[in-house]
Amino acid sequence: MANRINREQVQHVASLAKLEFTDAQLDAFTPQLDDIIGLFETLSEVDTDGVEATSSVTDQLNVMREDVADNWGQSQSLLKNAPEAARGFIKVPAIIDESEDND
Amino acid sequence: MNFETTIGLEVHIELKTHSKIFSPSPVAYGADPNANTNVIDWGYPGVLPTTNKGVVADGIIAALALHATVEQHTHFDRKNYFYPDNPKAYQITQSDKPIGHDGWVEIDVDGVKKKIGIAEMHIEEDAGKNTHERDYSYVDLNRQGTPLIEIVSKPDIASPAEAYAYLEALRQRIQFTGISDVKMEEGSMRVDVNISVRPVGQQKFGTKTELKNLNSFNYVQRGLEYEEKRQQQVLMSGGAVQQETRRFDEKTGETILMRVKAGADDYRYFPEPDLPALNISDDWIKELDAAMPEMPGKRRERYVNELGLTDYDAMVITQTKEMSDFFNATVALKADPKMAANYLQGDVNAYLNDKQVDLQATKLTPEHLAGMINLITDGTISSKMAKKVFKAITEGEDPKAFVEANGLVQLSDPAKLQPIIDDVLSANPQSIEDFNNGKKRAVGFLVGQIMKQTHGQANPQVVNKLLMAALQQ
Amino acid sequence: MDYFKTDLASLHADLVAKKISARELTQATFDNIKTTDAQVDAFLTLNEDAALKQATKIDEQGVATDQPLAGIPVALKDNIVTKGLKTTAASKMLANFNPVYDATVTEKLAQAQMITVGKTNLDEFAMGGSTENSAFKTTKNAWDYTKVPGGSSGGSAAAVASGQVLAALGSDTGGSIRQPAAFNGIVGLKPTYGRVSRWGLIAFGSSLDQIGPMTRSVKDNATMLSAIAGHDEHDLTSSTQPVPDFAADLTDATSVKGMRIGLPKEFLADGVADDVKQAILAAADTYRQLGATVDEVSLPHNKYGVAAYYIIGSSEASSNLQRFDGIRYGHRADDVKNLEDVYVKSRSEGFGDEVKRRIMLGTFSLSAGFYDAYFLKAAKVRTVIMNDFKAVLKDHDFIMGPVAPTPAFGIGDEIKDPITMYMNDVLTIPVNLAGLPGLSLPAGFSQGLPVGMQLIGRPFDESTLYKAGYAFEQNTDFHLQVPTLGGQH
Repeated sequence: MANRINREQVQHVASLAKLEFTDAQLDAFTPQLDDIIGLFETLSEVDTDGVEATSSVTDQLNVMREDVADNWGQSQSLLKNAPEAARGFIKVPAIIDESEDND
Repeated sequence: MNFETTIGLEVHIELKTHSKIFSPSPVAYGADPNANTNVIDWGYPGVLPTTNKGVVADGIIAALALHATVEQHTHFDRKNYFYPDNPKAYQITQSDKPIGHDGWVEIDVDGVKKKIGIAEMHIEEDAGKNTHERDYSYVDLNRQGTPLIEIVSKPDIASPAEAYAYLEALRQRIQFTGISDVKMEEGSMRVDVNISVRPVGQQKFGTKTELKNLNSFNYVQRGLEYEEKRQQQVLMSGGAVQQETRRFDEKTGETILMRVKAGADDYRYFPEPDLPALNISDDWIKELDAAMPEMPGKRRERYVNELGLTDYDAMVITQTKEMSDFFNATVALKADPKMAANYLQGDVNAYLNDKQVDLQATKLTPEHLAGMINLITDGTISSKMAKKVFKAITEGEDPKAFVEANGLVQLSDPAKLQPIIDDVLSANPQSIEDFNNGKKRAVGFLVGQIMKQTHGQANPQVVNKLLMAALQQ
Repeated sequence: MDYFKTDLASLHADLVAKKISARELTQATFDNIKTTDAQVDAFLTLNEDAALKQATKIDEQGVATDQPLAGIPVALKDNIVTKGLKTTAASKMLANFNPVYDATVTEKLAQAQMITVGKTNLDEFAMGGSTENSAFKTTKNAWDYTKVPGGSSGGSAAAVASGQVLAALGSDTGGSIRQPAAFNGIVGLKPTYGRVSRWGLIAFGSSLDQIGPMTRSVKDNATMLSAIAGHDEHDLTSSTQPVPDFAADLTDATSVKGMRIGLPKEFLADGVADDVKQAILAAADTYRQLGATVDEVSLPHNKYGVAAYYIIGSSEASSNLQRFDGIRYGHRADDVKNLEDVYVKSRSEGFGDEVKRRIMLGTFSLSAGFYDAYFLKAAKVRTVIMNDFKAVLKDHDFIMGPVAPTPAFGIGDEIKDPITMYMNDVLTIPVNLAGLPGLSLPAGFSQGLPVGMQLIGRPFDESTLYKAGYAFEQNTDFHLQVPTLGGQH
């Protein structure tokens, strides 16, 4: 019996990740995820008071690139790889909710 | 019921760097679709971003210009969401440690000065552009990766007029740093607007709505004015304001429902592992601060206190850095400041509006404007003749050379003028009689005749002096 | 040509002396691959035309003495992009994908004039420990075709172990070079994080991934590392540490005398098979005989590494894999009525189950309300684990232990239980969390199947690991064993 994550939550996570599952798949998946999240909970045994999170183990700090423009001339080959392209644009089925446009 | 209003503005400004924030592709406008893109811009498998130093510098400059604290230990975060103009399906932005925070700008609305707080400002990448056509959308990734600074206001803006003033103050200070053109009409400045109202005295903020399609400061103000009223009416009729996104209709001035906000989006922010953290040094901040151009407020103080301009003059001259720099250079060449200000506000601005160009795109130079003004103040040309000379300097001609080549030098030599005056007097005995009979208008007529004889080149002051002397004989 | 009986240096000498031409060598390599791969199934794509053309060109110029890798065939794991050569990450999502650019390691090997003969199989998007998660085929262990080659770099490991190539590149996020190397009785190195550029490596766990060499011998591995390592302006996380000639240090005089080795007690705990334990303890004795000290140390938080890794790795992966949305490249579903269909159908069709599982775990761990308890907590536990290693490596030159709790398991055995699969990584994962270098080399056998030993070093101290590995090789003959292909059943 899933007690850390239930079917509805799995469905919600799936929609965030743009994945769809059949009922049978959800039935199989949910207890698997539940078990793994159970494993995650063992981390609460570790005392992390005052411990900084590590988000990278690179030895590099403060690395930046100079502001110089360089066109790599790849646009033709990139458009060729697109599943659908037209007049130099990438073509997709209509975006219904234009309110998300970054304009 | 009395209401108070809270307005939040999120301003995005596009930076004028040579290359994009996380890829070396050129930042340029008007190119063919996708011409300025590479595998990084397309979010290809295996690619990695690289931080543009110029963008970080601009972020620091913007923070300094807006009196914000620079966050020296900063880093980038990922904001995850799916959209066709977002090729990695995440945006690299700053959520945890924005590069600047707790800034402010001062506004002046109807004589009342107020400080509007800036909660935070951060650098991030722009997305591509979608165009929509019937059943399909078309994606151009040229804009993808263009560096942006997002500036988020504190809930201090209490009216649509204050919102307008805040945007203008922000625009001006940023424009003066040179990091962005900040032109709404060109897309280098964009505003997301939200507004809520609540009964006066209520602690808790009301439900806010978001407004879209506000493409100018004017529309921002008008849209907010409409929405403010609409929300008040909803509350007064006992209803509740819904969390909505509403579209401003330019023709009607109304806001129209676009969609109800379903719930907060879950962007799953986490630190960007592909980019090392930044440690901005005190030295770098000092260096950038020292190189900053003088800000508009300081310039206005000088213009009023040291050069004798009016507040209004000073305000118009500091609309853009280019105009203010032009003014500075013109005055430095010893042109009279008041005349320089008048010409810039008047003839120059009219010319720019007529030709729909910016000052720096014209052939006008401070040297030529100063030259022309000096020719007026030293009496070489009359202000009437100056109109012709002004046209010439808009075409890039040297004023002194133009005046000489076209014989526009004012005729001021009494020896040359006297015979002409005598001629005109002898040709118009009736006017002399009229003058002697007290008709002052006769003087004007005679002056007109003299100007006609001299093709307008007679120095009016000298003519007047000699004419009066002759008439009084 | 017999890759079981030679090494990079000898092969290079033969090419210089023109005892064999690059073209002959390349052709023989392809002939052998085509025969053996019918069973081993190590390769997804072969690069025959381009490789033979390149070999011919190299023969025209002649192989220079100062070009140790020129004219020598190499295989690349198929999550490393190769311009013009299909790169699939063993996924239907990229079944026909042409990357249009080269990975930095691909470019470096081309500059060294190495000949890419093909792309090897892996667990889809490098997610797995057996290569059974490939969307296209299941690679076999060179020693026993009923056993897995390990993963996710199973194809590269099997290719080297079965004598198809002398060297291959793999990638390691939680053990994906070291474990298949151990399962196949070869040498595999996960370099220090940042040692090798990640530009062109299809990302899985951005703060964990590294590309590394897989070879038959320690010296060959060292030669390969020198060729692919180095700072890259395309990868800002890549280190500016200088790259020595790692192989130059490996001579008859190489010794471990005076080295202090730590053997964590947690590495020989319950769950590690007896044969594996014995091999490691014997190796420790060998090191003592060679003049090193081996003492018991502790990495008290080692066991928490698996949970921390799966949270961090899955979270980073869930974000890295969002770009596979059917819009700009890769698989786009046919039956789409609207944009949402493009996203959901393309992704659901394109990804296999394990990939979906990791995406779901990662999305969950980062989601609102869970970020602090899972992702942030895991990132803090990561620091604690790093500190455990730092403490031990302060007064030890390196750490040793097993690579996997058991030798290679049977194909189909454990795939049904994800947790068991995950526990197989407990010995390798913490090394990725800490960003340290880890070398896997042959240290014994268990019922005919190879057992590997892991050496874990200080940051950027691959030299010490290579020296210790080389000294071990000089005094044992595990690495000289050769599979009778397919072995016993």
